[in-house]
Amino acid sequence: MLSFETPEHEMLRKAVRDFAIKEVRPIAAKIDKTKEFPRENFRKMGELGFHGVTVPTEYGGSGMGALACAIVNEELARECASTALSYLAHAVLCVNNLYLNGTDVQRKKYLPKLISGEHMGAWALTEPGSGSDAKALKTKYRVESRGGKKGFVLNGTKLFITNAFLADVTIVFARPEGTGPEKDKDAITVFLAEKGTPGFKPHEPMDKMGMRASPTSEITFEDCFIPEENLLGQERKGTEHMLLGLDVERITIAAIPVGIAQGALDVALKYATERKQFGVEIGTFQMIKTFLADMATETRASRLLVYDTAHRLDHGEKGLTMEASMAKYYASEVGTRTALKAVQILGGYGYITEFPVERMARDAKLLEIGAGTSEIQRIIVARELIRKAGYSMGDKS
Amino acid sequence: MSNPFESDDQKALRESVRRFTVDVIEPIAAEDDQQKRFRRDIFDKMGGLGVTGITTPEAWGGAGLGFREYVIVVEEIAKASVPYAVVLAVTGLPQQTLKAHGTDAQKEKWLRPLAEGKLLGAFALTEPSVGSDAANLKTTATKSGDGYVLSGAKMFITSAGYADVYVVFARTGGPGAKGVSSFLVHKDDKGFTVGAPEKKMGWNSSPLAQLFFEDCRIPADRLLGAEGDGFRHAMAALDSGRITIAAISVGLMRGALAACLKYGKERTAFGKPITDNQAIQFMLADMDQKISASARLVEHVAALRDAGHPYGKEAAIAKCFATDSAMQVTTDAVQVFGGYGYLADYPVERMMRDAKVLQIVEGTNQIQRMVIARDLLRA
Repeated sequence: MLSFETPEHEMLRKAVRDFAIKEVRPIAAKIDKTKEFPRENFRKMGELGFHGVTVPTEYGGSGMGALACAIVNEELARECASTALSYLAHAVLCVNNLYLNGTDVQRKKYLPKLISGEHMGAWALTEPGSGSDAKALKTKYRVESRGGKKGFVLNGTKLFITNAFLADVTIVFARPEGTGPEKDKDAITVFLAEKGTPGFKPHEPMDKMGMRASPTSEITFEDCFIPEENLLGQERKGTEHMLLGLDVERITIAAIPVGIAQGALDVALKYATERKQFGVEIGTFQMIKTFLADMATETRASRLLVYDTAHRLDHGEKGLTMEASMAKYYASEVGTRTALKAVQILGGYGYITEFPVERMARDAKLLEIGAGTSEIQRIIVARELIRKAGYSMGDKS
Repeated sequence: MSNPFESDDQKALRESVRRFTVDVIEPIAAEDDQQKRFRRDIFDKMGGLGVTGITTPEAWGGAGLGFREYVIVVEEIAKASVPYAVVLAVTGLPQQTLKAHGTDAQKEKWLRPLAEGKLLGAFALTEPSVGSDAANLKTTATKSGDGYVLSGAKMFITSAGYADVYVVFARTGGPGAKGVSSFLVHKDDKGFTVGAPEKKMGWNSSPLAQLFFEDCRIPADRLLGAEGDGFRHAMAALDSGRITIAAISVGLMRGALAACLKYGKERTAFGKPITDNQAIQFMLADMDQKISASARLVEHVAALRDAGHPYGKEAAIAKCFATDSAMQVTTDAVQVFGGYGYLADYPVERMMRDAKVLQIVEGTNQIQRMVIARDLLRA
């Protein structure tokens, strides 16, 4: 237990750990191979209350906050990062944003089923031509009335959308026709797109290096009519809405590589104390000890960066953009590095699918890319450093 | 990229393998990775190109060239596919042992068809409980009548199930390195079976499996050299293997950098090509430094070997540096591509998966560091 954690956090961690060992670990290798999303486990996570940790009790959540959400992500990722990633897209990107920006009517309509795990949520920002440069998105809408009902007609393409293929509710970012990267770049509007809406087409999940059990899809919008009541927040205020949940998102996604690193260390530690070469356990060699020490130290440093920021967020501190970005890129790079070291310790056995570490290495790489690449996070950290110090430069970066 | 220190013949060899790679390997590399498929006809075509026996003398069906040429060949193929380059490098290992220690009769029967690409060769040293600690291998070869009986299991054997002939290391004497001998085993030998293909992170089109020897009787003329020489044969083959693994890493890195340059100049963000960003430029610059340094180490060790100088430490340095570099370069290549780099639609995710095991095979990089340090401290 870390200094930030309350007894409630400790109980939550134990509940997630028990669930992860009993239900997630046994299927992790199989679902990686078959690319099958563990829908049944997702429902059980709802029963255990994991999906609503950031939502107040009056809307069916447990109102625990960012640190609790980081704990869930970490403990899930320790056994299966795909499960954690889909949980994050659902519970943080969709549920938490819907709660933060939704009206009372929208909260009551959508949150109960999303929190129970009966429904799944997604969040669609990235497009084929806009990743790091998110506000350069090109999905367009126009205001239109259909059958006497006011609404919005969307056209465009979204890419790399976690959960989109299965989601019942997807949060979508689009811009009014006539605006673009050069004109009113910030004029972005957020919508709730429901599964089965005509013109809303999530594609078959893509084939990717890792995170294979978490479906990632392209979505096309073809004259997709979204009724007025599915507007999330205010028109053209999407950029502000996006920022409300951003620090929580960064800090909870950063908990996933912490979990992967811990999982890789768990396996490597056991292997190093059992496997014998030259008549002794390989853990007796200094080189292996050095690997293990670096893995554990960097994992702990990552966890502390994540938990400290989450703890501050939970206590109402604002302006944690720099801290969240530091945690995100540091933890994700430690995740990849640590998982690769685990493969190295296991040697040939680490490269075959009999052990989980090769999967962990493949899964870990995504975290350096998704939700803001390491390059973008570094730019944010440096920009904030300069701004907070009161310096200014000619560039507008 | 043209290297002024390469002879005209070497340049011509590089060009012909480059063209072969573009025409034959590149079109199938991604699909064979996805399907986890090895195609024998691709290997047959390498035989047709004359590269399956580069360092074997012309008198025995090879090209009679040196390691300087050998590394050019595997590097060029690895630009498009590491696993196919690996199969080519591995079929060279039994040739190294046969060339150095085989009798004329053994050379005629095995070396010639291996060099001509008519037979596919493999190398079986590692066992389930013996990897880095090869001198402790447990497979036994017991003298019986006019031959030997092999008994035991081998693990992580490249080309297993597809190879026609395997060099197998087994214990004929007491414990330790001095009790090991090397033998040739043919795929049809009674008592020899191959396990199911391993499921693994990368190298998907180079098959990997266990070998089992149960009362496997082989004639006496399958012994290579003398009894007790096997461990020396294995270490010599691994020294050579380290050079080719390093060369494969160079090819892989060149392939990754080429893909990044193409993508980076086309992809725009914030209204400009992503290569306008220093963060991307410096990653590319670091890649190029690692490639250049690795390539020079490979050329140097190949030249040492060709000139008959000791090269064990230099092989370890080249292997360790080039494979660590390949891991970094391919991981960064995925990063340059961003989300697209994580998809199977582009080659860089495959390259990153293929890179990792380069740090493990032919002696893990921990072993390479031991080899280097031991040499330093002996002086």
